[in-house]
Amino acid sequence: MAMFHSLPSIHVKHQKNTAELESVVMPVPAEVTISMSQHIGAPCKPVVKVGDTVKVGQLIGNSDAAVSAPVHSSVSGTVKAIGPVYSARGTQSEAVVITTDGLQTVDETLAPPAIGGELEDVLAAARACGLMGLGGAGFPTGVKLAALHSGTIDTLVINGAECEPYLTCDYRIMLEKTDLLLAGAELVLRHMHGGRAVIGIENNKPKAIEKIKAAAAEQGSKLEVLELKSRYPQGAEKVIVYEATGRVIPEGKLPGDVGVLVMNVGTLIKLAEYAQTGMPLTSRLVTVDGGAVAEPKNVWVPIGAKLEDIINFCGGYKGEPAEIILGGPMMGTDCKDDQAFLAKTNNGLLVFTAKEANAMAETACIRCGKCLNACPFGLNPAGLDRAYHAENVEALKELHVNLCMECGCCAYVCPAKRHLVAYNQLGKQLIRK
Amino acid sequence: MTDRKLLVAVGPHVRSSVSTTSVMRDVLIALLPAVVASVLVFGTRALLLEAVCVAASILFEYLFRRITKRTNTISDLSAAVTGLLLAMNLPAGFPIWMAIVGCFVAIVIVKQLFGGIGCNFANPAITGRIFLLIAFAGQMTTWPTANSYINGIDAVSGATPLALIKEGNLEALPSVRNLLFGIRGGCLGETCAIALIIGFIYLLARRVISATIPVVYVATIAVMSLILGYDPITMILTGGVLLGGIFMLTDYATSPSTEWGKVVFALGAGIITMLIRNSSGGYPEGVSFAILLMNILCPHIDKLGHKKPFGVGGAEK
Repeated sequence: MAMFHSLPSIHVKHQKNTAELESVVMPVPAEVTISMSQHIGAPCKPVVKVGDTVKVGQLIGNSDAAVSAPVHSSVSGTVKAIGPVYSARGTQSEAVVITTDGLQTVDETLAPPAIGGELEDVLAAARACGLMGLGGAGFPTGVKLAALHSGTIDTLVINGAECEPYLTCDYRIMLEKTDLLLAGAELVLRHMHGGRAVIGIENNKPKAIEKIKAAAAEQGSKLEVLELKSRYPQGAEKVIVYEATGRVIPEGKLPGDVGVLVMNVGTLIKLAEYAQTGMPLTSRLVTVDGGAVAEPKNVWVPIGAKLEDIINFCGGYKGEPAEIILGGPMMGTDCKDDQAFLAKTNNGLLVFTAKEANAMAETACIRCGKCLNACPFGLNPAGLDRAYHAENVEALKELHVNLCMECGCCAYVCPAKRHLVAYNQLGKQLIRK
Repeated sequence: MTDRKLLVAVGPHVRSSVSTTSVMRDVLIALLPAVVASVLVFGTRALLLEAVCVAASILFEYLFRRITKRTNTISDLSAAVTGLLLAMNLPAGFPIWMAIVGCFVAIVIVKQLFGGIGCNFANPAITGRIFLLIAFAGQMTTWPTANSYINGIDAVSGATPLALIKEGNLEALPSVRNLLFGIRGGCLGETCAIALIIGFIYLLARRVISATIPVVYVATIAVMSLILGYDPITMILTGGVLLGGIFMLTDYATSPSTEWGKVVFALGAGIITMLIRNSSGGYPEGVSFAILLMNILCPHIDKLGHKKPFGVGGAEK
C-alpha cells in the first residue's frame, strides 16, 4: 500500500474480461500500412522505395532529429506504395504500404546490440529498437533514458498499474514475460548508481503481483512491488510517481526533474528483449474487446495492420458496431471507421455496441461539484468549462488548465454529461493562441 | 462493416450512470416519506396541493422553454422537485390558485429568467415561498389542525410550535414524540422529522448530497439555541429546519461546491435562522429568509476552500 495520502480518484467498472486469456499471435495480414510518425517528436523519412523487397525487422524509416525513433518493417514482402495517411487522431503523415509474402522472413543482419558498461550503449539500443513509451504517450525511449546522464535519477518507477478499464495487455505481458521484465529493470538499474526500482501494480491483478514478487526474490532482484488501489487513474504518470515516491511533479516539469524515471512494463520488456535478440519493435500486444467483438483476445499484432484485419482475427463483429476506440475507454481515441492502422502506441482496440457507446446528450451544469471531488489534481473542471465558454484566457490560466492530464474523471462523474475533457483541450488551445 | 456512422467523440468513452434526471429522481424519492407523512397529518388536501404544485411547475417550465424556443428540460425532473418542495412549504389549507402563482414565481421568475437549471441565484422553491408569505400573509399563516394519526385521540392545536414559543405559551408545545411524528401545526412537509431523516439517509446513501451542510446547519441551530436560551431539540424539530437543511440548503446551484464553502454557508444559515427566531419582529420562523440570504452570498462563499492544484507552487505537497 502506498504510504502517502492518496490523490482523488474514481471507481470505474474494471471490465478486465480478457485478463485470463493467454496472448495469441495474429497471422500476417495481406497488407500493412506503417506510418512514419509513430511517436512524439520528428517523423521519420522512408529509407525504402516502391518495389523494394523488405524483411521482418528491416529499417524502413529513419530520422536524424534528436527526439525521434526509427521505424522497421513488421512483415516480409514488397513495398507497394509510399504516401500520406491519416491517423485516428486526424493528423496526416507519410506511410509505407507493404504487400506481405506470408513468409515472415527475418532480416538476417539483425543481431543483439553490443551493450557494455556505458549508458550510451543502452540509449543507442533503445533508439535502434525503434522503442517508445508503449503505454500510450509514445515518448521515444532513447530520449527518455538520456535523463540518466544527469546522475540525479534515483528511482525507476515501472508502470504496471493498467488502470484503464478493459485493457489487460500489460497484465498478460507481466505474467508471460516476467523474466524479461526483471532483466529490463536490471539493465536500467545498472546506470542509476544504487537507486531503487519499483513496479506499481493495481491490486486487482494479484497473480501478476505474486509472480513478480516470487521471481524477484528468486533472482535476487532489487525490484520492489508496490500494490496500488484499483482506482482510476493510478497509472497516470504524475499519480504513480506520487504513489511510489511521495514526490510531486511541479507544473510543466517531468518525472526526471524529481529524480524519477517512469517506464511502462511493455516498454521495459521490449528493451530487454531487444538487448537479447536484436529484434526491433515490429509488433505489440493489443487488447481487443468490447461488446461488438465476437471473440475478445489479447493479440500480438504486426505494427501497421488494418483494424478491420485485427477485428476479423477476433471473430469479426458481433452485432452492429457503434464506436471503435484505439486505447482505453477513458483516454483512448475514437476512429471514424475500421480502416485505420495500428500504431506502436495503441494498447487497446475496443468496439462498442450502441448500448455501450451510449452518447448521452449534454445538458446544463447543475453545479453539483462532483467534478471538483473527482479531479486527481484538484482542478476545478466546472470552472474551466465556464472559463472556456466565456473565452476567458486569464481565468483558464488562473485555474491551471495546462495541468489537466485529460484523464476524464471529471467528465465520467458529470451528471449533466458535460464534455469537460474536450473543453479543457480547447481551453489549452485558447491559451496558446 | 456496414455503412452506419460510428460515434466519434473526445473521451471518456464511458460515463457514470448518474445523470441530472437520476439525481432529481432520487430527491423525489427522498421526499416520498414526507409526502406520506403530510397526508397522514393533514389529510388528502395535502396530496392535492402537492399534485397541483408539481403539475403547475412542470407546465410553467414547459411553456417557458417552448415560448422562448429553448430545448425542453422538464424530463430532468428538476421542475417536479421545485414544485414538490414548494408544496412542502405551504399550509395544508392554502388556496390552490395562490399555490399556482407561487409555482409561477419559482419556475418562471427565479429559475428560467436567470437561465434555467444550474443558473438560478436563489432556490426557486424557497423564493416562491417567501413571495407567497409576503403577498398572502394571512393564508400562509393559517394552520389547519394536525391529525393525531398515532395517538387515536383528538387532533392537536393548529398553532405552530414556533408561534407558541414566540407568544411565550410553552405549556402548549407538542411533546418530542409528537414533533418526531409530525403531529403539530406547520407546513405540509416540515412537520414529520422521522420522514425527513429517512429522506436524508437515502440521499446520503445514494451520494446525492454530502452530510456537511445539514449537519453543520443543525449543529449551528443547536449551539445558537443554547446561547440564546432555547431548548435545542425543540428548535431543531420545529419550523423548517430539517426540511430546509436537508432539501433546500443542499440545492446544488445555490450552495457552495467546496467543503469549506459548505461549512461557512451552513453556519451562516444557522445563525441567521436563530437570530430571526429570536428577534422581536413579526416572523416566528427564519429558515426561508436564512436560506435566501445565504443563496445570495453563495457566489462569494464559493471562492473559499478551493484546493491548490497538485504540482502548483513547487514540489511540496
